[in-house]
Amino acid sequence: MAQTRRSQLVDPLIDNNPITLQVLGICSALAVTSSLKVALVMAIAVTLVTAFSSMFISMLRNHIPGSIRIIVQMVIIASLVILVDQVLKAYAFEISKTLSVFVGLIITNCIVMGRAEAFAMKNPPVDSFIDGIGNGLGYGLILMTVGVFRELFGSGSLFGITILKTVNNGGWYVPNGLLLLPPSAFFVIGLLIWAIRAWKPGQVEERQYKIQTVEAH
Amino acid sequence: MEGLISLAVKAVFVENLALSFFLGMCTFIAVSKKISTAIGLGISVMIVQAITVPANNLILTQLLAPGALAWAGFPDIDLTFLGLISYIGVIAALVQILEMVLDKYFPPLYNALGVFLPLITVNCAILGGSLFMVERGYNFSESVTYGVSSGFGWALAITAMAGVREKLKYSDIPDGLQGLGITFITAGLMALAFMSFSGVKL
Repeated sequence: MAQTRRSQLVDPLIDNNPITLQVLGICSALAVTSSLKVALVMAIAVTLVTAFSSMFISMLRNHIPGSIRIIVQMVIIASLVILVDQVLKAYAFEISKTLSVFVGLIITNCIVMGRAEAFAMKNPPVDSFIDGIGNGLGYGLILMTVGVFRELFGSGSLFGITILKTVNNGGWYVPNGLLLLPPSAFFVIGLLIWAIRAWKPGQVEERQYKIQTVEAH
Repeated sequence: MEGLISLAVKAVFVENLALSFFLGMCTFIAVSKKISTAIGLGISVMIVQAITVPANNLILTQLLAPGALAWAGFPDIDLTFLGLISYIGVIAALVQILEMVLDKYFPPLYNALGVFLPLITVNCAILGGSLFMVERGYNFSESVTYGVSSGFGWALAITAMAGVREKLKYSDIPDGLQGLGITFITAGLMALAFMSFSGVKL
């Protein structure tokens, strides 16, 4: 049992990552990664919401009628997100301002709904909780990787602490302004997917059309 | 009136929900393989967006905003913390109602759009539209304009994306980039193109 729980926790990190393989929860992954601090807060928030919503939904799974299960799941998730939102507003107002609508959008983050529907409805609470944590961490991992790239090369700092001294401040590093703009997140994630798939060729998608090779005679 | 037009242009091009705020990305990536399905989904999003943003605006101003319940004798009550749960409830309910109305009165339209409607409930673009409306404090007429035009912008983006992807599948792409990877990079290039609208002022 210990082994399976461990794999439940570790699998979503690379082997079955919610973002790069399951294509879930991309929206917020792209928008909040221009600075590492914000990305970290977002990752923690999503992990907590996924874990607890999976746990609660799994506890109630035998009492939820199939036809209204989506609404019930929504209500549970939305209540948890309201909690997160209120806590952020109270204790980290600046970050909550930067995240703006993206905290609210955790409700429609497909990871949360996807795990509730695919895992928590069929499994006991403890397993669902661990599954939620694992998927949240997998999401967080991608978020942090993209965040490190964008903040380090876009503004020469990590967590707001200067690492590469930029030209404007008398240093040598010319910051790559493109990395602070939204489109760069697409490129970074695209390249990240490429890197992961080069490492784990099993994840490569089938070609729809093959290029015909002509044999030389 | 001029303000509304400028708001609409801004919502379609400059602040495109899909390409500059990355909302509705999951469906944007998953359902953009064929132009015809992309158009179907785009139109459904536009319709739902045009209904839910104004509806949520009414809920906010009439029920949730501080002092909105004065008519019921509770002038000091501030229910804005219930916002998230009410908006998602309104969206889920409206999508369900829309599905039933289409099924009863417009069967051809239902057959064309029916499969997409349940998907739309969990599309971040819809909830995102409502949340932006709240954050920017739009009034009713602004929220109608914003709903229609932001939905149109999303539809435009997904249709363009589907067009690119229909051609893209014949290309010789490195193995690891196949599928998801190249789709992201294409979306990034499209987002760059849309950024060039950002200087447009009306």
